[in-house]
Amino acid sequence: MPVEASETMPVQSGDDVVRVRQAVRARAVAAGFSLVDQTKIVTAASEIARNTVDYGGGGTLCLEVLREGARRGVRLTFADSGPGIADLEQAMTDGYTSGNGLGLGLSGAKRLCNEFSVKSARDQGTIVTLARWR
Amino acid sequence: MDEIPILKIRDCLLVSIQVDMHDRLALALQDDLTNRIVESRARGVMIDISALEIVDSFIGRMLNNIAGMSRVLDAVTVVVGMRPAVAITLVELGLTLTGVRTALNVDKGLAMIRRIIDAEEGGGAGRSE
Repeated sequence: MPVEASETMPVQSGDDVVRVRQAVRARAVAAGFSLVDQTKIVTAASEIARNTVDYGGGGTLCLEVLREGARRGVRLTFADSGPGIADLEQAMTDGYTSGNGLGLGLSGAKRLCNEFSVKSARDQGTIVTLARWR
Repeated sequence: MDEIPILKIRDCLLVSIQVDMHDRLALALQDDLTNRIVESRARGVMIDISALEIVDSFIGRMLNNIAGMSRVLDAVTVVVGMRPAVAITLVELGLTLTGVRTALNVDKGLAMIRRIIDAEEGGGAGRSE
């Protein structure tokens, strides 16, 4: 699938989470997303970016704009080398949290995207990939 | 560090969030508001989020917390001005903001606060001075 543009940015702090939101917004606007679609992908990005900082100990985001025929999309890949997710199924459950959040981060972000995948193992970090198409 | 101003109008506190909030700022607002409710003996808190482009679970939790704390301190919280795209996204995210009263705009929010306070005072359940 052709990648039109890509950039990588750090996700290390709360300020980075704000920068992630702004960068994702800019790419979604450039890809021609509607306001609702922009809001969904930015909200999903915010959830996962916060997880990367709070649970993953910081990591990176690779932000890509995709084109498939007439369709355009935004794909986000968050990677950290933190402790990983021990029980992925449990982590994907609404309301489950190992920290002090609401437990909506992963499951909520999944609902806001068209494509969503998590790769993780104990002590091997976590990679969350999400994509939304226009 | 940035700070979100809290305005007092009669017995209500008004907060208008105009910046893209990082998490620390959201937590600071929560603390500031709680202190101001006690200091100012406010009966109502109105939070205007019309400038917010997203509400994620963290900000949603902050709104829930503020509503809960103000209730314990005998004040009513109303969140006003949520953008339609934000409302659609919130519901899909799974955040229903139960316990947070909402109104479409500042006018309706103030009217709602007034109505609730009057009803409580009329019913004898208000704060005794």
